[in-house]
Amino acid sequence: MKAQIRITLKKGVLDPQGKAIAGALGSLGFTGVENVRQGKYIELEMAETDVEKARSQITSMCEKLLANTIIENYDIELA
Amino acid sequence: MKSAVVVFPGINRDRDIIHALATVTGIKPVTVWHGEQNLPDVDLVVIPGGFSYGDYLRCGAIAARSPIMADMRAKAARGVRILGICNGFQILTEAGLLPGALMRNSELKFVCRQVKLKIENNRTFFTSRFPAGAILRCPVAHGEGNYVAAPDTLRRLEGEGRIVFRYAENSNPNGAINDIAGIINEAGNIIGMMPHPENMIEPLHGAADCRPLFESLKEAA
Repeated sequence: MKAQIRITLKKGVLDPQGKAIAGALGSLGFTGVENVRQGKYIELEMAETDVEKARSQITSMCEKLLANTIIENYDIELA
Repeated sequence: MKSAVVVFPGINRDRDIIHALATVTGIKPVTVWHGEQNLPDVDLVVIPGGFSYGDYLRCGAIAARSPIMADMRAKAARGVRILGICNGFQILTEAGLLPGALMRNSELKFVCRQVKLKIENNRTFFTSRFPAGAILRCPVAHGEGNYVAAPDTLRRLEGEGRIVFRYAENSNPNGAINDIAGIINEAGNIIGMMPHPENMIEPLHGAADCRPLFESLKEAA
């Protein structure tokens, strides 16, 4: 089973990289970009075939290592 | 005073802190590899600066889950003093031994320069040789030193006098909230700081402003 994990900064946490990207887009002439937030994307190949078990394992991985829950949220997709 | 310096792959300021501790306290620290299970019986454990695991995933994230960290937690709970400098501070926050997190510098640049530090709290094992409010020069070298914490955490840190060092005289190099450069845990035995005091202890460094910090360690032991 393949797991796709998206890690994003929590609302209210400043994202200087997102701001820099927004600035660069503006200087390339892309107007109307109101906000940019940069995050991470992680793919896992899991031996587990049970969706609920896999989700629970990955949730634990996110809580313990993949995300810093003080500043980040995570979102898990299984396929 | 007996001390240990923990080394992770990618740490590069270990020799600097070993030199500072040996020079000022007179006893060479024991070096401990991150894969060990146990720390020796010491008064102080230092996690030095550097780039453990190449800053992969998040600065300090992988190192904070190393085998040695279980004993570090146990020793911390028993009151052994722990000092994390730069990457060491990032590792301590990632391990949950200090609150908050260190994010990308607000200007997105790696900063390598001298800053001014104000001693906010001189009732700690690392600052007791200074009067409160003393200002000292100290170098910084980091890309992710922008300290953040949830509003309630920040209120507690400020209210309980747990900000140990603050960037002074408009020298905040990274956008850290409330100019925070270093903090202490509630029990008073764990300090984390972004600047590198080990690089300002003798005339060859340009100045010895930070030498009394290491003298404080000796006094506390």
